[in-house]
Amino acid sequence: MKKILIIGATSAMAIAYARIKAKENASFYLVARDAVKLQQTADDLGARGASSVYTAVLDATDITSHQAVIDDCFNKLGAVEVALIAHGTLPDQKACQDSVSLSLKEFANNGISTIALLTELGNKFEQQHFGTIAVISSVAGDRGRQSNYLYGSAKAAVSTFCEGLRARLYKAGVHLVDIKPGFVATPMTQGLNLPKALLVTPETIAKYIDNAIRKKKDVIYAPWVWFWIMQIIKNIPNFLFKRSSL
Amino acid sequence: MTKPELASWGRYPYSPQHKHNVNWRDDIASTIELVTAEYQGTLPFGNGRSYGDSCLAASNHLIALRQLNKFIAFDKKNGLITAESGVTLEEILSVTIPQGWFLPVTPGTKFVTLGGAIANDVHGKNHHIRGTFGCHIKRFELVRSDIPPIICSPHENGELFSATIGGLGITGIVTWAELQLIPIESSFITETSFRFNSLEEFINLSETHDKHHEYSVAWVDCCAKGKSLGRGIFMVGDHCKSGDLIVSNKNKLNVPFTPPISTVNQFSLKAFNTLYFNKHGKNTKYRVVSYDPFFYPLDSINNWNRIYGTKGFQQYQCVIPENNAAAAITDLLKEIASTGLGSFLAVLKRCGHMASPGMISFPLPGISLALDFAQSSVLEENLFTKMDSIVRAARGRLYPAKDAHMQAADFQLYYPQWKALNALKDPSLNSQFWNRVTVV
Repeated sequence: MKKILIIGATSAMAIAYARIKAKENASFYLVARDAVKLQQTADDLGARGASSVYTAVLDATDITSHQAVIDDCFNKLGAVEVALIAHGTLPDQKACQDSVSLSLKEFANNGISTIALLTELGNKFEQQHFGTIAVISSVAGDRGRQSNYLYGSAKAAVSTFCEGLRARLYKAGVHLVDIKPGFVATPMTQGLNLPKALLVTPETIAKYIDNAIRKKKDVIYAPWVWFWIMQIIKNIPNFLFKRSSL
Repeated sequence: MTKPELASWGRYPYSPQHKHNVNWRDDIASTIELVTAEYQGTLPFGNGRSYGDSCLAASNHLIALRQLNKFIAFDKKNGLITAESGVTLEEILSVTIPQGWFLPVTPGTKFVTLGGAIANDVHGKNHHIRGTFGCHIKRFELVRSDIPPIICSPHENGELFSATIGGLGITGIVTWAELQLIPIESSFITETSFRFNSLEEFINLSETHDKHHEYSVAWVDCCAKGKSLGRGIFMVGDHCKSGDLIVSNKNKLNVPFTPPISTVNQFSLKAFNTLYFNKHGKNTKYRVVSYDPFFYPLDSINNWNRIYGTKGFQQYQCVIPENNAAAAITDLLKEIASTGLGSFLAVLKRCGHMASPGMISFPLPGISLALDFAQSSVLEENLFTKMDSIVRAARGRLYPAKDAHMQAADFQLYYPQWKALNALKDPSLNSQFWNRVTVV
């Protein structure tokens, strides 16, 4: 039986992934900020076939509480085969430009909190000598674009951190996968005018996540077409890139 | 604001709708309030399988509930499932079949939501013994703009319970509902099929066999004329008493785009219907099939509604009381065959006597006929007018969930309870259908 920890468990991608695993009768430890949504998500997974569902309310930016929650998770589940870090927000870039405190808050939401969790989880998994840590970062982390660079830089920090941690954990028999979704139709992106041809459902991303974890991939773009899109964007020279409005 | 993107299944009348998502049950009330404040009204929308304009908001701003798709509880011992209203019947089956439970009533597509099945009080191939979907709803929560959320059941807020079942989404938004399932021992169906050469033969077959089987339905050749008029294939089925409990997971075909004109025409229709009838042979056929092709043959083709082209299509579904059924349906088939219009799947079904708790529910004891027509001006100017007068004279009625043409006077004649429903309407909710048929 799979034992799965999900941080940001009420996010659309996390729910879609958890539903795949609930069908396979996995056990869950779900962590999220909103107690009501967390309970609704837990009930859903229970009805869909989860063997057991534990929950903990946590604001991921409350770093001092991380250790207690992670300890509780390992105690309750006995071991953790998959830890998925899926929490995050989509900051308003323009508002961040006008406010240092908002910028730092959003950076904490999307970057620092994940790095803190990865530090704790990395140590736990290193001692456990098995399992996979999966982190949802973003294609936005591949290049700093003027429209979204606060979010992008937080995700870039996470991806770079992951690369190093992956190499360290590899020697302990632990795997780390960095998942970079493109445009996904979720409550977080609701109201944005995203190009329809590139917009996918959280269920599609969930299949990529499940597949990446099972096949021990290092970095995946979801869907794969984003690998090529980002190759192009990464290769635009700065003298042109700075003139674009991307 | 994003572009309007939601349409009805028939794409006629074509009136693209703006979508306002609800992702969590606690957000329903505030979303109704917000959308109403800005656009003077709204309407709940599930998975867009209503054919006509009953799923189109008068304000063109819908509250989309498909993301409200969480299960709340599944009592595997007693077969009770509680789920949010945006869960589809397909999702329910995927959870309940492995545990040996099936939907008590299912329409011809599994892609309708729980909320949609309640709002249209859908029925299926077992109407003759189990009535409509609403007969199996234990209770639900209703969110309205004028009162705090309430629980409705036959014993609690009974009037709103009754008004909401078959209430076309205008009495409030169903947050979640509790449904009683039926036990099954396998996910397969034992099917027996017979060919019939006339409507009388169909009626005799269904009289003889319906009472012995859980499911019964017939396909009728809508192109056949003269001596062949009313020919078709009658099918009965039951849940197989032993076998695997497998959720069907077949790869689906897809209609990737909408062709500029309908691919359903006199030639393709005639060819298909003649082949389909003759393929069966004269003898009774027996087979064991998965529940999926038995109940949901069209679900295997994604976006099948696109075959009718950009103009869309209308479905005509009527039910005729027992005594007048043979004569009236013969007359209807004559009218249809004389125009050469119609569809691959024309369906006959005998409806039973079990009353629905719904205030305005479509089925009545008798025979129902349903078929699609590619949209053209001929329909309303000629064919539907003639068909409507046959239905009216035979004291039958039309199905709001499928309708895009019913006259207000006819609706008010068919459903005299409409005034009681109108009195219980949520002031913030209104559909284009309701506007159209309640004109006095």
